Amino acid sequence: MAAHTSSLAVDPAELSAAPAAVEPHPDLELVERAKAGDTAAFEQLVRQYDRQIYRTALHITQNREDAEDITQDVFFKAFQKLDQFQGNSKFSTWLVRIAVNESLMRLRKRKTSKTVSMDQDVQTDEGSIPRDFAEWRPNPEQIYSQGELGEILRKTIAGLPPGFRTVFTLRDIENLSTEETAEALNLSVPAVKSRLLRARLQLRERLSRYFRKANEGSK
Amino acid sequence: MNCTDFLAKLTDYFDGQIDPDLLTEVKEHLGTCHHCEVVVNTTRKTIDIYRGQQAYEFPEDLSTRLRSAIMARCNASKEGAAAKARLHEELMRSSTRSS
Repeated sequence: MAAHTSSLAVDPAELSAAPAAVEPHPDLELVERAKAGDTAAFEQLVRQYDRQIYRTALHITQNREDAEDITQDVFFKAFQKLDQFQGNSKFSTWLVRIAVNESLMRLRKRKTSKTVSMDQDVQTDEGSIPRDFAEWRPNPEQIYSQGELGEILRKTIAGLPPGFRTVFTLRDIENLSTEETAEALNLSVPAVKSRLLRARLQLRERLSRYFRKANEGSK
Repeated sequence: MNCTDFLAKLTDYFDGQIDPDLLTEVKEHLGTCHHCEVVVNTTRKTIDIYRGQQAYEFPEDLSTRLRSAIMARCNASKEGAAAKARLHEELMRSSTRSS
């Protein structure tokens, strides 16, 4: 949680200091070189962000083949549209935004009779109120083998509606800030916070089945 | 502060984006409400587990394969665009000559 509690650790003396000159993000130089035709610079950007884009696509689509195709399409589209990247946001946020759009499009194709959007299934109050107050064992992740734990985590997050799953993935797994998540998903900051709370609570509720202390009542 | 008010502040509390007065109230509530204390501890653990244990692997050979495919597409499109530009230039030159 250290990355998210940093604002609590600000030394008040720092607030009155003169603002430091903002260094341009190192990606910008690579982007400029890529725009000028340097494909090695673009390849470096692919190296930096392929993992993040693949995992984002996989979390949303829950399908490895789709995630591989989407990763290729995202970087190819980014290459073709580099001129449209103005540097107003981080290059990685721009990529994630393309990845989210591509992933949601895949989901729509798969479920032709159903609309899939960031708003799907988020209208209800289900999962917004905790019901399970059992304490967990001290190191719950050590109860299971690596393979079993991975399966539990995949199964649990797959059960969330896409809108919640995507917000949780970007904010808590890929470590985007609330503002970056809002920008990538074209949502307001309050909407991101609301979905994030419900995603976190629903995951907690579901994981509790596996991690609670023995003999703890569930409700 | 009751449990509903506390829940409404949970995201800001986790993200360290809560003003000091509210933080005092939140801590007071946590000191007296065991249920909310459990919710905080287990939610924090939920986030930590997902962050620490990658549910999906991204092996090096997959990364290499995807990168090769991406760069092949990018290079082909770049060469295609260059060939198109050359053709356009030649057409322009020949139309200038003929006029």
